[in-house]
Amino acid sequence: MKSKIILFIIGFIIWMLLGWPPNLQHALAGIFAAGFVAALTGDMFTRRPHRFINPSRYLWFGYYVFLFLWECLKANIDVALRVVNPKLPINPGIVKVKTTLKSDTALTFLANSITLTPGTFCIDIKPESGILYIHWINVESDDLDKATKLIVDKFEKVLKRVFE
Amino acid sequence: MNEIIGYIFIVVGLAFDIFGCIGLLRLPDVYNRLQATTKCVTLGTSSILLGTIVIKGLAATSIKAFLCIIFLVLTSPVAAHALSRGAHISGVKLWGKSVCDKYAEDKKSKNREE
Repeated sequence: MKSKIILFIIGFIIWMLLGWPPNLQHALAGIFAAGFVAALTGDMFTRRPHRFINPSRYLWFGYYVFLFLWECLKANIDVALRVVNPKLPINPGIVKVKTTLKSDTALTFLANSITLTPGTFCIDIKPESGILYIHWINVESDDLDKATKLIVDKFEKVLKRVFE
Repeated sequence: MNEIIGYIFIVVGLAFDIFGCIGLLRLPDVYNRLQATTKCVTLGTSSILLGTIVIKGLAATSIKAFLCIIFLVLTSPVAAHALSRGAHISGVKLWGKSVCDKYAEDKKSKNREE
């Protein structure tokens, strides 16, 4: 039930933002639409609703957004330089890394961040054993532990505080 | 002043989009091409939208542009992930000079166990 209420609130906020500036008619339609979606799919949204209350998670999430944007910018400059370089300096391969994150949301965010950061690209996840297969445009090490340290570590610590 | 900053964002975004397209043409295999397109095109398009936000200020358009950025950043890596996984499962080979392919090794050893 809590999960449904959270989904309703988020859905309603997004509805109102999409239909800016707000008016009464729009808000009534939004209540129906968000309520309908929340009633149908609310149970799937989150399994541990009490985590939405904790404010320190939001602070860590803000920090994560800045870290992510910085890494994303570096990634883009790196890939752009590789692409325009006439020698095409790439050294690609698929490596295996390990993560200690368990929850679905955290794994999704980790995979997405890895995809959008320097030269790495998530191909498959095995959630039960915490293994990610990653395509690396410039392989520095195909060893499991070393690759984990280079790719996963910087995000894992922050994501753990946000989602676990 | 706001207009100048906004146009700078738009120009940078267009430049990254172009790099993404060049990458799509120059890089050798599916996986490398996805690398270039997801990264550069996501940031490029976000930067163009950010430019419109800066130019328009706090208005209905910029709120919609902001929501577009959020959905783009959330969905484009998932799409790329699905494409690459599908490509690997359907047997697309890596580029000849690739260093290693742990995914294929693991799949092979799993098949042997079964």
